[in-house]
Amino acid sequence: MNWNKVYGLSLRHFYLIKSSFPRILDLIYWPSIQIFLWGFISKFFTLSSSYYNNTVGVILSAAILYDFLFRSSISYNMMFLEEIWSRNFTNLFISPIKIKEIIAALTLTAIVRTLIGMVPAALIAIPLFGVSIFKIGLPLITLLLSLYIFGITLGLLVTSGLIRFGPSFENIAWASLFFLAPLGCIYYPIEILPEWLQIIAKILPLVHIFEEMRNILINDIISYTQIFLAIAISIFYFILGVAVFYISYAGAKIRGTLINVGE
Amino acid sequence: MKLEVKNLEKKFKDFTAVNNINFCIEEGQTLGVLGPNGCGKTTTIGMLLGLIKPSSGKILINEENFENLNREKILSKFNFASPYVELPKKLTVKENLEIYGRLYGVKDLAKRIQEISSDLNLRFFLNKKTGELSSGQKNRVSLAKSLINNPRILFLDEPTASLDPDIGDFVRKYIEEYKSKNKISILLASHNMKEVERLCDQVIMMKEGKIVDRGTCQSLIDKHGRNNLEDTFLKLARNKNELE
Repeated sequence: MNWNKVYGLSLRHFYLIKSSFPRILDLIYWPSIQIFLWGFISKFFTLSSSYYNNTVGVILSAAILYDFLFRSSISYNMMFLEEIWSRNFTNLFISPIKIKEIIAALTLTAIVRTLIGMVPAALIAIPLFGVSIFKIGLPLITLLLSLYIFGITLGLLVTSGLIRFGPSFENIAWASLFFLAPLGCIYYPIEILPEWLQIIAKILPLVHIFEEMRNILINDIISYTQIFLAIAISIFYFILGVAVFYISYAGAKIRGTLINVGE
Repeated sequence: MKLEVKNLEKKFKDFTAVNNINFCIEEGQTLGVLGPNGCGKTTTIGMLLGLIKPSSGKILINEENFENLNREKILSKFNFASPYVELPKKLTVKENLEIYGRLYGVKDLAKRIQEISSDLNLRFFLNKKTGELSSGQKNRVSLAKSLINNPRILFLDEPTASLDPDIGDFVRKYIEEYKSKNKISILLASHNMKEVERLCDQVIMMKEGKIVDRGTCQSLIDKHGRNNLEDTFLKLARNKNELE
């Protein structure tokens, strides 16, 4: 791994963010809107639901964590799409950079983009709704790590599709996370799902992450097994995502699609 | 650096885009690749740059098979410029050159950027966004990017397309001087026959994925009994039975 090249490719995205105030605003705007929306919904629920009446902010915390996942994945996809939109794709892929260096650069840069949006949103929730995601304590770091790994895995799978099918796959990029959201049990316990869907849901890290978040906030209990499981499943999918990316890249070279991307 | 292509072929399902072609670019030589749209020029360049996997055949770099060489090491000695491939528009010229300098592992990058921007008259708009430049300026920036790593083999796809005669002449003159000074090999794909006559030592003419003729510009003109390369090109492009 040549870190100077990873830094060089990351710089491309930092320069892009730095050069455009609307871009920064866009990164902050959507997570903040989510906080406002779910803040009011959760306020209503805490007043009306016996399930949540002792735990102000469970739904809002879930919304923040889900948005973190969403932003991680979208950031990854967006950076790849930027290369296609700017017709820079060929220049990038003929430069002496390894695929793993491209993946590393996108992964490292995606966290910066995600945090630009999520930190202000998480901070806004404290004075506005009296909800602090930081109440989860140290396990928050592991939950975020697991979400991040899974977020960039989804990003990897979508970018693999972009390499394989070209820019027409762009719509899938936007829809990718919504496919999994119902199975993620973000706002409701897993018991709500039919039994057969529970089996499928459990092979995703999301259920373990959001169940654990509720466990900490409602019962004040930390299950390290659940946290470990969430991270292990996320890493498994990440490895799978990297493999799919390499296979798509090799397939694109055979089909000749790399040379036409962006045109 | 010598580049040799042996029996190179690329099939996309039933369609043969490049059909068993052979050519060689000796060190310090410029080879022109001519042919009508869809004749396989881009696919050939794509294979040489490692973007497309050949169906069969070999690409040899200094007698060694490309496939057996370290991809990154070889690509660090190549570069490519085309008006159809752009640099990120929202970034300044300097930022783009810095990024590609890093990707190509250029040593003393600040000095190299200064050098190349001075040579190609980019100094006055180095801090301007690339998307705000005129096509002539963008073209020179693209050329600067393609030379940032002092490539040993340079691939140029219509380097002066859509340029006015003055800037077109500046670019051609610069390529000529750069080549003679640095002894680099160039593969030039162009539809501008005057440009090909001026820059190329050898020419191959492609049609329907095959090489239909080759030689120096003058030898091709003489062989086909035409007055210039453009007429020779038209004769070869329009003749259905013309094959090497």
